[in-house]
Amino acid sequence: MTALATAPASAPAPAPQQLTTSRPLTARALTGKVVWTLAVVLISVTTVMPLVWTLSTSLKPEGEILSSYLQLVPDNPTLANYVALFADGPFGRYLANSAVIALGGVVTNLFFGGLAGYALAKLSFRGRGVVFSLFLGSMMVPGIITMVPTFLVLRHFPLAGGNDLFGEGGAGLINSYGAVLVPFAAGPFAVFFMRQFFQALPDELGDAARIDGASEFRIFWNIYLPLARAGLAVLGVLTFQAGWNSFLWPLIALNDPEMLTVQVGLAGYVNEYQTQYGPLLAGTILASLPVLLVFVVAQRYIIENFAHSGTK
Amino acid sequence: MSAAVSATRRQQTISAWIFLAVPVVLFVIFLLLPVVMAIGLSLTDYAVIGDFEWVGLDNYARIAGDPIFWVAVRNTALYTVLYVPAGLLVALGTALLLNRSTRTARVFRTLFYIPVVSSTVATAAIWFWLLNPQYGLLNAALGWFGIDGPAWLYESRWAMIAIVLMSVWAGFGANMIIYLGALQGVPGELVDAARVDGAGAFRVFWHVTRPSIARATFLILTLLLIAAFQVFDQAYVLTKGGPGNSTLTLVYYIYDRGFGRLEMGYASALSFVLFLVILVFSVANARATGRENDR
Repeated sequence: MTALATAPASAPAPAPQQLTTSRPLTARALTGKVVWTLAVVLISVTTVMPLVWTLSTSLKPEGEILSSYLQLVPDNPTLANYVALFADGPFGRYLANSAVIALGGVVTNLFFGGLAGYALAKLSFRGRGVVFSLFLGSMMVPGIITMVPTFLVLRHFPLAGGNDLFGEGGAGLINSYGAVLVPFAAGPFAVFFMRQFFQALPDELGDAARIDGASEFRIFWNIYLPLARAGLAVLGVLTFQAGWNSFLWPLIALNDPEMLTVQVGLAGYVNEYQTQYGPLLAGTILASLPVLLVFVVAQRYIIENFAHSGTK
Repeated sequence: MSAAVSATRRQQTISAWIFLAVPVVLFVIFLLLPVVMAIGLSLTDYAVIGDFEWVGLDNYARIAGDPIFWVAVRNTALYTVLYVPAGLLVALGTALLLNRSTRTARVFRTLFYIPVVSSTVATAAIWFWLLNPQYGLLNAALGWFGIDGPAWLYESRWAMIAIVLMSVWAGFGANMIIYLGALQGVPGELVDAARVDGAGAFRVFWHVTRPSIARATFLILTLLLIAAFQVFDQAYVLTKGGPGNSTLTLVYYIYDRGFGRLEMGYASALSFVLFLVILVFSVANARATGRENDR
C-alpha cells in the first residue's frame, strides 16, 4: 500500500518526457513486439499441440501410430480407431449417459439457480442475509468431507431403487442418473452467480408489474429472466462443462457398466489399452469434443451479447 | 396504504421461500446432513456390511500410526509445494503477457485457455501419450536439446513431477482469466508515473501492479491450495497411485479406504482430518494476505 501512496507524489508531468523518449522507444518497441510474439506463439504451441497431436494419432492406422509417431499428418488417415471404440465396447452408451447428466444438470441449475438467485436479489424477506451467507459459505466446504456420507444418503434414499420408506432393502439412487443429478441439481454456485446477475437489474421493472397485479413468478419468468439471458448462457456453459467433465463422483455413484459416464469409461481405457493408443486417443477426442464445441459457440454468443449491450 | 405494503411484503416472503425451497432442501440433505454424518461416522467402525459400533477416537489414533497415511501426506505435500507456486506464476506470467486489448491478444487468450476446457481424464489420457518414454512428444522434444528424458510415469522419482506438469498445463488458463480481470483494475496513471520516475519493469510490477492485484492473488492462492490438497483424478487415471505409492495422494487414499475396502468409518475420519488441514491453510492464507493488505 505504501508504494501506491508514494508513487504519484513524486510524479512529474509526463508530456515532455514522452517527446524525448519517443525515438528509442520505437526500436525497443519492435524488439519487444518480436519477443512478445515469439513467447505467445511458443505457449500456444504447448497448449494446443498436444490436442492436435492426439487428433492426428487417433486418425492413424495401428501400424503407423508407433512407427511414425512424430509425423503430424497421417499417411493413411482412417476412422478405424473410432469404429473400434464403438464396436468393441459401450462407448456410445457412455456418451449418452454423460449427455443426460450434463444437460440435466444445466436445466435444473438454470431454473432453480435462477429462481433462488432472483429471490435473494429482488425479493425482500426476513432471513435473506442468512440464506445468502449459508450458500456462500457452503462453496468453501471441500467436497471430500461429504463424499462418504452423500453416498450413504443416496443409497438409503427412501422409496427409490427398491428401498422402503426407511431407506432399507435396495440400492437407493446409486447406479441411477439421480445419484449424480439430484445432489448437484441446484448448486450454491448457480444461486450465487444468478443472484449477482439479477442484482444488477433495476428494481422498478418489478414494482411496475406488481402494481398491475402480476404474480411474483410471472414477474420473475416474464420480466427478469429474459433480461438475464447472458448470465444464463454463461452459467449454462459452466454447468455443462462441470457436468460433462466430472469424474470422482460418477466414479463412486455409477459403477454399473451400463451407467458409466464417458470420463469414467475413458479412465478405464488408459490402463486397459496400455499399448493401444489408437482407440484410447479416439475416445479422448470424443470425450473432449462436446465441451470444446460448446466453448467455441458460447464464446461467440457472449461476445455478441456484449456487442448488443454496447449499441443500446 | 400501509396494509397494502405489508400484504406485498408477506406475499414476497412466501414467494421467496417457495423460490428458494429446492436449493435449501438440497443444501440440508447433501451438505449439512453429510457434514454432521461425517463426524458421527468417523467415530464408528462402519463398513457397509455387518454391524458397526461406536469406537470413539480409535480411528483418529489409528490414523496417527498408519504409515500409508503419512506416505499420502508426504506425496500431497510435495504436490502442493510444486503445484501451487508453479500454477500461480504461470497464470500471472501469461496474464501479464496478454494484458492488452488487441485482437491478437484475444486470439491467444482463447488458445491459452483450451486445456482448461478438456476434462482431467482427457488431459491425463493425452499426457499418458505425451509422456511415453519411447514415443512421447515430451521426450522427443527433450531429445532435440540433447536431454535423455526419464521414464516419467514409470519412475517413482519423476511420476509426481509429471503429474504436477500436467496439472499446471491443464489449469493455468482459468487463473490467467482471473488475473486478466484484476489487471484491468491496475491504475494506468500509477504505472506511467512510476515509469517516468525511471522505475524498471520489475520495480513497476513489484510496487504498483502487485499490490493492486493482491485480492486476485489471494483468491487464486486459495483455489490452488484447495485443489492441491484434493488432487485425485490425475493420480487415479495416470498412475493408480504408483509406482511404489509415489503418487498416492490423500484423496486417493480416502477413496481407496472408503470405496475400495468399504472402511467408511475410517475413511470419514481421514476426510475429516483433511478437511481440518484445508481449513487451517485457508485461514492462514487469509491471515497472511490480510496482514499484507493492512501494511
